[in-house]
Amino acid sequence: MFRCAVNRWCAGEEKRVDSRTIYVGHHPTPEIEAFLPQNFCDNRIVSSKYTYWNFIPKNLFEQFRRIANFYFLIIFLVQVIVDTPTSPVTSGLPLFFVIIVTAIKQGYEDWLRHKADHSVNKSPVYVVNGGKIVEKQSEKIQVGDIVCVKEDETFPCDLILLSSSREDGTCYVTTASLDGESSQKTYFTVPDTSAFRTEMEVDSLSATIECEQPQPDLYKFVGRIHVFSDKQEPVARSLGPENLLLRGATLKNTDKIYGVAIYTGMETKMALNYQGKSQKRSVVEKSINVFLIVYLCILVSKSLIGTMLKYIWQSDPANDEPWYSSKTGKEKNINQLVKMFIDFLSYMVLFNFIIPVSMYVTVEMQKFLGSYFITWDKDMYDEHLGEGALVNTSDLNEELGQIQYVFTDKTGTLTENNMEFIECCIDGFKYKNFVDSCVVDGISSNDGPCSSICGMAGKEKEELFLRALCLCHTVQVKEEDKVDGLLKQHGGSYTYISSSPDEVALVQGAKTLGFTFQGMENNRMKIQNRETEIEIYELLQILSFDPVRRRMSVIVKENSGRIFLFCKGADSSIFPKVNTGKQEEIRLHVECSAVDGLRTLCVAYKELTQDEYDQISTQLQEAKMALKDRDKKLADVYDKIEIDLHLIGATAVEDKLQEQAAETVEALRSAGMSVWVLTGDKMETAMATCYACRLFHTNMKLLELTTKNIQEFKARNEAKVHELLLELHKVVVQDKKYSSVSQLRSWSTTQEFGLIIDGAALSLIMKPTQDGSTGNYKDLLLQICQRCTAILCCRMAPLQKAQIVKMVKNTKEHPITLAIGDGANDVSMVLEAHVGIGLKGKEGRQAARNSDYAIPKFKHLQKLLLAHGHLYYIRIAHLVQYFFYKNLCFIFPQFLYQFYCGFSQQPLYDATYLTFYNICFTSLPILLYGLLEQHISIEMLKKDPSLYRNIANNALLQWKPFLYWTFLGLFNGLVFFFGAYFLYDNSTLTDNGQVYGNWTFGTIVFTVLVFTVNLKLVLDTQYWTWINHFVIWGSLAFFVIFSFFWGGIIWPFLKQQRMYFVFAQMLTSVSAWLTIILLITVSLMPDVMVKVLSKHPDKGRLQKYLVYNKAADTVSTPRSPVEPLLARSFSIES
Amino acid sequence: MATNYSAKDDDGDQQKSRKPDNTAFKQQRLPAWQPILTAGTVLPAFFIIGLIFIPIGIGLFVTSNNIKEFEIDYTGIEPYSPCHSCAMNSTWNTTCTCEVHFQLDQPFEGNVFMYYGLSNFYQNHRRYVKSRDDSQLNGDKASLKDPSKECEPYRMSDGLPIAPCGAIANSLFNDTLILYYIDNGTQFKIPLTKKGIAWWTDKNVKFRNPTGDSNLSTIFKGTAKPVNWPKPVYELDPTDKDNNGFINEDFIVWMRTAALPTFRKLYRLIEKKDVLTPTLQQGNYTLQITYNYPVRSFDGRKRMILSTISWMGGKNPFLGIAYITVGSICFFLGVVLLIIHHKYGSRNTSADIPN
Repeated sequence: MFRCAVNRWCAGEEKRVDSRTIYVGHHPTPEIEAFLPQNFCDNRIVSSKYTYWNFIPKNLFEQFRRIANFYFLIIFLVQVIVDTPTSPVTSGLPLFFVIIVTAIKQGYEDWLRHKADHSVNKSPVYVVNGGKIVEKQSEKIQVGDIVCVKEDETFPCDLILLSSSREDGTCYVTTASLDGESSQKTYFTVPDTSAFRTEMEVDSLSATIECEQPQPDLYKFVGRIHVFSDKQEPVARSLGPENLLLRGATLKNTDKIYGVAIYTGMETKMALNYQGKSQKRSVVEKSINVFLIVYLCILVSKSLIGTMLKYIWQSDPANDEPWYSSKTGKEKNINQLVKMFIDFLSYMVLFNFIIPVSMYVTVEMQKFLGSYFITWDKDMYDEHLGEGALVNTSDLNEELGQIQYVFTDKTGTLTENNMEFIECCIDGFKYKNFVDSCVVDGISSNDGPCSSICGMAGKEKEELFLRALCLCHTVQVKEEDKVDGLLKQHGGSYTYISSSPDEVALVQGAKTLGFTFQGMENNRMKIQNRETEIEIYELLQILSFDPVRRRMSVIVKENSGRIFLFCKGADSSIFPKVNTGKQEEIRLHVECSAVDGLRTLCVAYKELTQDEYDQISTQLQEAKMALKDRDKKLADVYDKIEIDLHLIGATAVEDKLQEQAAETVEALRSAGMSVWVLTGDKMETAMATCYACRLFHTNMKLLELTTKNIQEFKARNEAKVHELLLELHKVVVQDKKYSSVSQLRSWSTTQEFGLIIDGAALSLIMKPTQDGSTGNYKDLLLQICQRCTAILCCRMAPLQKAQIVKMVKNTKEHPITLAIGDGANDVSMVLEAHVGIGLKGKEGRQAARNSDYAIPKFKHLQKLLLAHGHLYYIRIAHLVQYFFYKNLCFIFPQFLYQFYCGFSQQPLYDATYLTFYNICFTSLPILLYGLLEQHISIEMLKKDPSLYRNIANNALLQWKPFLYWTFLGLFNGLVFFFGAYFLYDNSTLTDNGQVYGNWTFGTIVFTVLVFTVNLKLVLDTQYWTWINHFVIWGSLAFFVIFSFFWGGIIWPFLKQQRMYFVFAQMLTSVSAWLTIILLITVSLMPDVMVKVLSKHPDKGRLQKYLVYNKAADTVSTPRSPVEPLLARSFSIES
Repeated sequence: MATNYSAKDDDGDQQKSRKPDNTAFKQQRLPAWQPILTAGTVLPAFFIIGLIFIPIGIGLFVTSNNIKEFEIDYTGIEPYSPCHSCAMNSTWNTTCTCEVHFQLDQPFEGNVFMYYGLSNFYQNHRRYVKSRDDSQLNGDKASLKDPSKECEPYRMSDGLPIAPCGAIANSLFNDTLILYYIDNGTQFKIPLTKKGIAWWTDKNVKFRNPTGDSNLSTIFKGTAKPVNWPKPVYELDPTDKDNNGFINEDFIVWMRTAALPTFRKLYRLIEKKDVLTPTLQQGNYTLQITYNYPVRSFDGRKRMILSTISWMGGKNPFLGIAYITVGSICFFLGVVLLIIHHKYGSRNTSADIPN
């Protein structure tokens, strides 16, 4: 909030300006006469929420914004103001306990933030001032200051790199704390300023920087620098993200740099990126709210009934004010209506425990503590990565048990994203297994055209192809140790780093074929060729990769002066640009490789003349200088450049399936989840992966909804889509009718369908048409999708992935979705889905950072959902129901008592009992149950995914179980109260003839209540660790000891000594003992019966499962491909 | 958020030590007992409960039936009732006596307890229950002079603090009951003991007179008697000096508010004389009532109850019947479960759920 204010205040003055102008070093430039200092905010970072003076009001305000807290505050205030049956302490104490604990926790966290802020803000930074380096506090940095940063220091604000101590004008930076990518990235100095090496020189620089207003995108920056040198025309240079050093990143492998501050404090990209993620709420929480409303209605209606009956009863003056109990003068004078209202409020207060404060605390604690079990799980620890699972949001633990749709990315999620260069095709000839140049792959069973064409392309072609591979990339060589700028060869191998693993694989592949990329120096790429000669190419331009173009190019200059453009990219984006080369053969190869599940890239080149190049260069320069729409302009230029290419070959890279990916997919599907694969990859590759991970299988009928398909279909585009959709719909639905007997999700009988849809087709369907009939398409598509068991969406743009998730999420049934991905392109879908899971993959940490849960591997999803999700769902559902139940038991006798005490709101229990019931006597057992319960062992949950279906659709929090618990609560309340009531028919319960009073009555009811409620949990607990024993029996013992203690002393600070020796006296009565035992037995009996009877089928199933399991263990080896089928048929029949 | 600013923390140095501990607790593999409620396991429990409850119930029922209880209503609303005139005329301070004759068909043996019972008297009304000051009753001198606000409107009388204050004390039951045995026309007064009718802890700890002077009247000087009382609190029992003030047992019994609007309170004990003669012989009795306590205004009833006592307390058939019923139901359910178990469960008994 405060940050927003700062932003607004900072931005206020320049709101209308699109860009900001910065005077480097605050030096006025010759161009502008008047030096207009702009107001920018200082470099103070404020991440803390509170200050010393606003902590209490602000924190209280935040806390009471929660409906529940507010409700309890109101109840408390009513108790303070109005004369109510219970003292304000009874509800005030728990409330303040909760509030204070929360406040302390938040205060502590904020104190830590303050400390962090302080250390950041006060940390020394070095600023160039008047030709000297001056130490300053970080918060004092102003926009335009020239900052000096040394190796391993973090940048104090967003800087434009002016000069670096490295010769080539670069510096290395790791942005691990920003986006989690630990690889080093190269940043470039502005060429015109890279010569300024000393503070004196830097200070003499006269330049202005124009750049856009701060925006949170870490990877976008547009700016322009004007350098004014003596009596010359100012030089303008474009600035991009490669010049911008971000706050929070760390300088590596570079002695020191000078940079000019352009964004400071809360305007830095890092600060702008700390917008809180929107909070996701789980279905359980929604159910809780619904139940709360039900209970609120119960509460209000009880109070209304009580008030009404009270006034009916009081209409007889003998009842209203008998002589023995006259009213005070004040009571008499109050207006009748006001009195009624006060009575209503008193009832509310008396019954308010039905909605317990402690439930919120317990639910929070259960979620918070429970999430540790996920982090602690060693089954989800990955040795290779050295990390286990990570929980970013503990609010969604139970949602993991409710997943109906799983959207998974392919690359890096289903597959390893560990690329290996498997084969290539040069000029139409296939090369495989690079030990020999060419091997006829006789192993392969298919005698298709792929295996037949294997021959030798000319040496020249080969080398051209390999050079292309070596040059056309953005790979860097990792410097292990640096000796005077030279690379130390490390065991004869280079470590290549790149944002794309494909490129690494290609460069590595080229190396095994004899061409070694040795790194880059001063824009010159060094290649060691087969004759171990070093070839040097000057890198003129990089036409960088983007997901829309799906290709990248480099323009290099040979030593001889020839200029080449090398281009590589997806086949679909290369082929339209190619006009020569053996297109047909190569296309055939590409398709064959794709069918095998390999990732293919095509490589093409063209030679440019110097003139052509100059033209290109100016075009590029222009586009790069643009401040507005730079990306679009660049893309246009790139498109113009990459034409008339000569196709030289194709590469095929294998991306191995992650271990147990297939088993996991299989398990998820037999757990009733639909698994959708959303990938940016091409259809053939994606399909192959889908087959490999058993999403598709041979019995499945595949429906295609792709661009190709649509084009083959008759008529116009719009109509085509529609008709195709209708056609597919017909196929699916009609087939459905044939086998109408069988269930939707049953395995064997129905024909299974798989749907393949691609990005272009999807955008046609999603695109709103003029007549707005898009809804119709969408509905059709959805209907088709719901009938298909497996769906593959290929060629998806990141946003389309999110679109699909959203489409499914917003259907009528509101299914619970889960998205899992590893790369930046999955972030949108991870954020969109109900539960977002990030893989700690190779492509940075963006997905993991934005996810709710991060796991190291896809296979861990199985345990996360089937075991943890299932258990947490059961636990929290039970916890919630139990809480409502135990408070209904608690309050219902109070309500019944009103009928026997003249509706006077006399509490049945002593105030301490009212207060401590939820805090001490019954809280810990259910919390520990919520943490430890395993109604089915984890092993079994993992082995039998179909168990997951038992809890689908929020099964345990539907009205039926809720009503069961409610009736159980009402029944128990009736038993407690009327048991004691009939016992009190004669209040002489001991052999000395003395009588007991109302507090003993209440204590009997309360004792029965505490024991019943705890023993109910005993019945429910199926996993008895020593902790459960300790806590349950401990709570009961505590109750007894506390009662003795509480009644054992005349408490000096109490006005009334109601409970003095009441409990002890009660225990001297045999009748009271017998009643307590009887009532507990009666209260628990129905539940035991229900358990025994309903357990029956379930138990049988489990046992059958066990039998099957034994059989399966002996019959089939776990990894054999037949096994899942077997398992499937077993589970249908059993 | 804060950790993100200190970038060096996250720099990958610490990745080695992140492996989760392989402890049973963290891996959710604590040794556990996993009982599953099935017909097989519950069956014996049901039978055992049935077998235990039914005898207890029978025992309770028999005991309750052996308790002799005699109850007589002397409210006097009905015109033929001997106390009718008293009931019609009595106010707080007029003394009116009436006699009720009754016959005991059976002799009462052992100690006999005499109760008075009130009906439709809401001692559990909230306004009433809280209208007391326990610290005053505990002998606190400050509270004696300045009773709690809760006592309103029975807190001050004519500018003096009321001791004991509050509605409960003010409405102390003040009928006097005297029992006569009629033997051949002569009345023998039955000796009634008033010691031991209140809880020991109440009499000795919770209720205490303010200390300071041996003479109670000086201690209570400067306080007023409750409005409805004829005598001040230190003159409640003229016969026994130690039964006066707050520690008067009748007073203490009254101060323990009843749970339900119909209640009884212990009035006197009739102690067993010797082994041979029953405490109350079979025959005619007269109950002489000093009728002070008005109940007509709120449709109340007054009763006198004579009861013997067993180990389970007074006569109450409920517990016995409830135990027999519950025991039988358990037994019945046990049989039902046995049938179910026998019919459906036998095939599954071999396999056990592993831990």
